[in-house]
Amino acid sequence: MIAKISIDVIVNGLRRRREVEPRLLLSDFIRQDLGLTGTHVGCEHGVCGACTILFDGEPARSCIMLSVQADGHEIQTIEHLAGPSGELNPLQTAFRHEHGLQCGFCTPGLLMTLTAFLRDTPNPTEPEIRDALSANLCRCTGYHHIVEAVKLASRSTLP
Amino acid sequence: MPAEARYLSARVLRNEDARLLTGRALFVDDVQIEGMLHVAFVRSEHAHGRLKGVDVSAAMRRLGVVAVYTAEDLGDYWRAGPLLVPPPPIPNLVFHACTQVPLAKDKVRHVGEAIAMIVAENRYVAEDAIRDVVVDIEPLDAVVDLEKGLAPGAPLIHEQLTSNAAAHVVQRKGDYASARKKADLVVKRRFFYDRGAAAAIENRAIAVNWDPKAEELTIWDTTQAPIPIRNGLAKMLGLLESQVNVIAPFVGGGFGPKIMMFYPEEVLLPWAAIRLSRPLKWTEDRQENFYATTQERGQVHDAEMAFTREGRILGVHDVFLFDTGAYDPYGLTIPINSQCTLLGPYDIPNYESEFTAVFTNKTIVTPVRGAGRQHGVFVSERLLDIAARELRIDRVEIRKRNLLGPDRFPHNHEIMFQDSAPLVYDSGNYLPTLEQAVDLIGYDKFIKDEQPRLRAEGKHVGIGVVCYVEGTGIGPYEGARVTVEPSGKVRVATGVGTQGQGHFTVFAQLVADALGVDVEDVRVVTGDTREFHWGTGTFASRGAVVAGSACHAAAMAVREKILRLGSSLLNVTPEQLELRGGQVRVIGANGAAIGLGELSGLANPLRGAVRPGTEPGLESTAYFGPDRGSTASGVHAMIIEVDPETAMVEIKRYLVAHDCGTIINPLIVEGQIHGGVAQGIGNAFYEQLVYDEQGQLLNASFMDYLIPTATDVPRVETAHRETPSPFNPIGLKGVGEAGCIPTGALFAQAVEDALSDLGVEITEIPLSPNRLFELIESAKAAGK
Repeated sequence: MIAKISIDVIVNGLRRRREVEPRLLLSDFIRQDLGLTGTHVGCEHGVCGACTILFDGEPARSCIMLSVQADGHEIQTIEHLAGPSGELNPLQTAFRHEHGLQCGFCTPGLLMTLTAFLRDTPNPTEPEIRDALSANLCRCTGYHHIVEAVKLASRSTLP
Repeated sequence: MPAEARYLSARVLRNEDARLLTGRALFVDDVQIEGMLHVAFVRSEHAHGRLKGVDVSAAMRRLGVVAVYTAEDLGDYWRAGPLLVPPPPIPNLVFHACTQVPLAKDKVRHVGEAIAMIVAENRYVAEDAIRDVVVDIEPLDAVVDLEKGLAPGAPLIHEQLTSNAAAHVVQRKGDYASARKKADLVVKRRFFYDRGAAAAIENRAIAVNWDPKAEELTIWDTTQAPIPIRNGLAKMLGLLESQVNVIAPFVGGGFGPKIMMFYPEEVLLPWAAIRLSRPLKWTEDRQENFYATTQERGQVHDAEMAFTREGRILGVHDVFLFDTGAYDPYGLTIPINSQCTLLGPYDIPNYESEFTAVFTNKTIVTPVRGAGRQHGVFVSERLLDIAARELRIDRVEIRKRNLLGPDRFPHNHEIMFQDSAPLVYDSGNYLPTLEQAVDLIGYDKFIKDEQPRLRAEGKHVGIGVVCYVEGTGIGPYEGARVTVEPSGKVRVATGVGTQGQGHFTVFAQLVADALGVDVEDVRVVTGDTREFHWGTGTFASRGAVVAGSACHAAAMAVREKILRLGSSLLNVTPEQLELRGGQVRVIGANGAAIGLGELSGLANPLRGAVRPGTEPGLESTAYFGPDRGSTASGVHAMIIEVDPETAMVEIKRYLVAHDCGTIINPLIVEGQIHGGVAQGIGNAFYEQLVYDEQGQLLNASFMDYLIPTATDVPRVETAHRETPSPFNPIGLKGVGEAGCIPTGALFAQAVEDALSDLGVEITEIPLSPNRLFELIESAKAAGK
C-alpha cells in the first residue's frame, strides 16, 4: 500500500483537507471523495473537456491532473455557478433559453470553460466563441445553440 | 387536441435544464452506495483466436481484489444473448443468429471482447489486476475485409456455420430486368459507405444494488431500453420482474449503441452483485467504448439505376455487403433500413435489392443514429447525380421529375421494412420542401451568377442539394400514466429512456395542453421501471411519436374524468366546461370553477364508495401502438469551398428543409437537426474507424478519432414544413435521425461540384482531407 498524502484544497469556497493516494486523479477526487458529481468524465485523456473545472480561476482538465497537484490551490466546479437558492446565473440561463444543451453530459465542462472565457472576453465575436468552444466536445447539439447561448450571455440582461 | 393548444408547436424552454445546468442531474456513474465495489474487465487483445486458458490466480492474490470471474465460473448462467430483432418475414431469407456471450469461452472474435471480470475495492485496484491475469490465446487469421471474408478458405468466425455469411436477403418489386431493357441510360457504380462510432460523451456505466432483505435488485444502467433490460435480466436471474428495478436516469447521449442488449457487462454485474451481496459499479473508459460498445460500419454496394432519356427512373438494382461484426444480435435492422431507404422520396417502379451480411472480427454492429439509412440514401442520390450529368439535366430538376406526388399517399413500396410491416409511406409532400430548400439556398442564383464569378477568381466553390426520407415512429407500442396530484401538479410516467431529446418538456407540453395546466407544473418521469414498466425504448426516432402519443392519450382520458366529475359537482354539462389555469370551470364570465388539485382530492375521498365502473383519483394509463411507422422527409443543401491544395472543405452554408409532421417544440426539433447534421458532417469528413488487417482498431481514442468541434460545424439554417401523419392523433413524425441521414450524399455532391473542373467523382464516404487529396491527384493524373 502506497502511503497517502495529505492535501489541502479550497473547493467552491470551502477548505477541504483529505488524505489521498498519490495516483488519485483530480476528477475522481472531486467526484468521489468530495461527492461533487456535477463534474463529468468523458474520455479520461484530456480531449473531450467534460471534466473541465476552474483551477485558480483558469479552465483545467481534471481527468489528466492528480489530486495532489491541487494541494494549496483553489478549485471551482459546476456546483458553484448557481446562486445560493439554486437560481441560474446569466450563462446558465442563456443555455436554457437558447437550448444550448441536450443530454447535458458535456455541459458542466462547457460552462466552466465559458465562465473563464466570458470573464476574459466579455464581448466576443462568433469566431472567438467557436474557437473557445473548440476545446470541448459536444455530440448532441452541433454547437449552434451553444454559440447562441454564449452570445446571449455576453450581452445578457437576463437575471 | 383540445381546442386551445397553448403549448403545442411553441418554443417552450426545457423543464429538465435546471438540473443539468447545475450539476444536480443524476447520471449512472454518479451512483455511490456504501460498500460499493468496482468492476474492470480483461479484454481480448486479439481479433480472432483460440482461448487456451485464463490464469487469474495472481489477480486473486492482489490486495483489494474481491473476486475474479471467467466463463467457467458462470456455470449455467453462461449463455449467448438473445436475438433482439428477429428478421422480418421476407421470403427465402437466410439468417444465422450468432449472438454475443457474457465472457469469451474457447474463442475470441473481436478485440475488446470480455474474457474475465475483476471485482475490487476500487476502480484503480480493479484496473491494476487486469495486468495480473494471464490470457493464453492462439491467434487466428482475422476477417476484416467483407469480400475476403466471403471468399473460399477464409478463416471461419463461427465454426458451426459453413461460411462467414450471416444473412442473405433479396427484396423485389416490379420487374427490374424488363425495365432495364427499356432504359435509355443505365448508370452503374460501386459505392463504399462507412459509418463510425456513436461516441456519446458519456461512456456506458452500470451500477447494481442487491437488497437481500427486500430481495430486490436495483440497476442503474445507461440504456435506451430500461424495460426490456429489466424483463430480460429477471428471466436470466430467475427473479420476478417485480423484483428487478432498472433505472436509466439522465443518460449522456445514446445515438443507438445504448439500445443494444444485453451487453456482457449488463448480464454480469447483476449476477455478481447478488453472488457477492455487495453493490457493484462498472464505468466504461473511452478506449473500451471504442472496442466494446457497438458501432456501425461499412457497406459495399454494386448498384445501378435505369433511366429514360428524360431522367425518369425506371428501376434500381443493388447488391450489397453489410459488415455485422463478430456477432449479430440486432438482426437485420441496419441493412433492411438501407434497402428500404434507398427508395427515398422517389417513384421507383422496379427495384431489386440483394444483400449479404458478413461476420467480421470487429466490434458488433448495431444501429447508430440513422441506422443504415445513410447508406441507402448515398447510393440513390449518387446515382441520380451521375445520371443528371450524363443526361445533361440539372441535379434539382432530375429529382423533381422523380418525386412521389402528394396524391400518391399512402404509398406502398411493396417491400418489407425493419419493423416487419410493409414499407408504406403514410403521408408526404415532397416537391414544396425541395422548392423551398432550393429557394432558400439560392440555388439558381448560385449556379448562374455566384459560382461562375467565384470560379473566375480561382475559387473551387460548389453547391449540393439532396433529398431523403426517414422511416420513424415504429411500434410496437409505448404507454404513459398521467396523474393529477392533490397539489394540482401533474405527474407523467412513461417507460422510454431519455438521452437528451427533451422528453421532460415535450411530453409535458402535450399533457399541459390536454389538462389546461402550466407546462412547468407537469413533472415527467422516464426510464424507471418502478414508475412504469410497459414499453420498449427510445430508438428509431420514435419517442415523440409513440410515447408522446401515449402521453396525449392518457392525458385526454384524465381530461374526460375531470370533465365528468366537474360537470356533476358544478351542475352543468361537460360541454359547458373548460380546463384552464389549472381549473375546471364553467365557460363564460364569472364561471364557477374547481382547482384540479381539489378535484383530485374529491375524486379520492376518505369516505364513500367508488362506484362500479369508476376509479379513484384523476389518473389514467394509456397506450399507443401504431401499425406502422410514419415517414418524415426533407432536403439538405449546402455551399462549400474546397481548397485543392490542402483538400480542406469549408462549409459556407448548410440548410435543412424538412417535414416531420406536426412539431411539438420547434426549439427541440432544431436542436435535433443541428446535432444530427454535426454527426453527419463527422461521418462525411472526419470520422472513420480504421482497422488493420489483423482486426486491430488503430484510432481508439479521441486524439485519433476526430469528432467535429465548434469550428468544424457550421450554423445550420432550418425550414420546417408540416404534413401531419394520419397514423397518430397529433400528426407526429420523428426527427431524431433526420440531420445525419443525407449528409454524406450531400457532401459528395457538393465536393464534386466544387471540383467539377477536375472531374473528381466521389463514390465513398467518409472522405477526409487525405482521401480527398488522393482523389484530386488521381483525377488530375487521369485528366493529363
